[in-house]
Amino acid sequence: MSASATTTEAIPDRPPATPVAVRGPQRKKARRSRFSRAVLYAVLVLLALIILLPLVWVVLTSFKTDFDAINSPINPIPNPFTTEAYQTLASGQQPIFLWFLNSLAAGILQTVLILITASAGAYALARLEFRGKRLVFSAIVTTLLVPPVIFLIPNYLIVQNFGWLDSIWAITVPGAAGAFGIFFLRQFFIGLPPEMEEAARVDGAGDFRIFWQIVLPLSRPALATLAVLSFLNNWNDFLWPIYVLLTPEHQTLQPGLAVLQGAYATHFGILMAGAIIASVPVLILFTVAQRQIVDSVASSGVKG
Amino acid sequence: MASTGLSLPPAPAGLRARGGGVRRRTGIAYVFLAPFLILFGIFVLWPAIYGVWISLHDWNPLVPLQPWVGLQNYVDLFTAGSVTSADFWLSMRATAIFTVASVPFLLVIPLLIAVLLNQRIRGGTVFRAIFFAPYVLGVAVLGVIWRYLLDPQLGVVNHVLGVLGLPSDIPWTVDVPWAWVSLVGVTVWWTLGFNTVILLAGLKGISADLYDAAAMDGAGSVRKFWSVTLPGLRPVMTFVTTITILASANMFGQAYLLTKGGPGHATRTAIMFIADEGLSQNQMGAAAAMSYVLFACLAIISIVNFRLQREKA
Repeated sequence: MSASATTTEAIPDRPPATPVAVRGPQRKKARRSRFSRAVLYAVLVLLALIILLPLVWVVLTSFKTDFDAINSPINPIPNPFTTEAYQTLASGQQPIFLWFLNSLAAGILQTVLILITASAGAYALARLEFRGKRLVFSAIVTTLLVPPVIFLIPNYLIVQNFGWLDSIWAITVPGAAGAFGIFFLRQFFIGLPPEMEEAARVDGAGDFRIFWQIVLPLSRPALATLAVLSFLNNWNDFLWPIYVLLTPEHQTLQPGLAVLQGAYATHFGILMAGAIIASVPVLILFTVAQRQIVDSVASSGVKG
Repeated sequence: MASTGLSLPPAPAGLRARGGGVRRRTGIAYVFLAPFLILFGIFVLWPAIYGVWISLHDWNPLVPLQPWVGLQNYVDLFTAGSVTSADFWLSMRATAIFTVASVPFLLVIPLLIAVLLNQRIRGGTVFRAIFFAPYVLGVAVLGVIWRYLLDPQLGVVNHVLGVLGLPSDIPWTVDVPWAWVSLVGVTVWWTLGFNTVILLAGLKGISADLYDAAAMDGAGSVRKFWSVTLPGLRPVMTFVTTITILASANMFGQAYLLTKGGPGHATRTAIMFIADEGLSQNQMGAAAAMSYVLFACLAIISIVNFRLQREKA
């Protein structure tokens, strides 16, 4: 916040630096800056095309026939335009819409788990003084930097012991134990103004009421951002579900795409349609919550 | 944040203990923390220890007994000619190649884009959103679409190169070094927006006064970049470098889907090998030991990186 304030304030400061400059060089400078701005926009547009064109190609290919996709890969316009690929997926041997529902259920369940456990825990870490606080907090921060591969083998055995292999619990509960959510909300809760909380305490409100009626309502933006990030994270998880989900009907979409790739090797229309179906929810979320997602990533470096 | 404690009256008596510190509420705090700590204990703290225990056994879940072998799994990894050591170090080599090849691009390209976006331009947030967009796609989506686009015979990329009069038979996914070019390129395409966004926030945090002062001293834009931008960005750059190294060293999905670890096992990364060894071949003790060796390597690199960046400051 303070950063953006300084940059906008700084703009009016510019002119006093060269008030007595001669006109000629100044006009030259203006022409040069107009030129460099054109280059700037050209580079940005070019980069945007490099990012977007592959995605456009994927969408167009999903409406092609197999023959068309293989024989004229660089003609962008489907000829003929067909929804065959989507129909094959809908009626095919691979239960992609079941995978979609599994992914949706897992994403929502894990997000709810994270919101509940992280918000309550973050309240204690941000707003209460207690014995062992530093220990708990440093344990949480330390695990943020531990590569997840450490947990792969032991968590597989733990999940197996609970009888959770091949179930939704395997792909939701262990992932909800991560330190990111509680760390993220703690940072936000610490910044909340203390006045309302103090007033409520004077009125005799306990911690549960303060948490529920003051802290949570004030934190709606942070909770929404965490919800979106948690859902994206679970939706896109790949390595873990490959190994803990066993039967085809219990798969989620991301490992399911790997199955599709094996089943439809060069049926590119079908594969692209599958990739699109697997991306629709995240692209909708990104369109709706683009600001929150990008801003939360942006602030991670400045705070950390 | 800045407003706290400036003009506020002292906190009400109930809030503060006699000593002046805030009253301790240990009991209630742990009630709030309990749901998180239970999950954290079972799925983070316990497995971190349990993993060590597993790595000290010949742990195969398919047989009834898991005999204690002490440090043998670790010794095997550092003994040339043992069953797993050659494959493991080949996979570590693949991870190292990918990390060394990808990290510079994942730092320099986002830095340049962030500098461009930091100019006063129209549509800055739109560009920012476009550059970030691929990052929200899952790695499986990334793998499937680029496996098609980069297909050596049928893919779009080689056909486009052919139209441009360039070599159109590049073995993007089936031969080295092209497989590495593909894996690095695809990863840059996928994640450049993530680093860009963090670096852009860092750039906005550099005081404009510094640039004005440099301008008064007659510094041009290149000079400003070297003597104001880069030093001002150092803390953020350290952070971005660290998380980028960690992310690259944990690469799995791209190689799993794009090259299947091939040709041969040339692009099979350490994570791919550990997961396969532990969960498909059931050599859990050895796989656990490998994961700690990988962890130790990453920890050493992170510490060295931090030291180096701090020394420069």
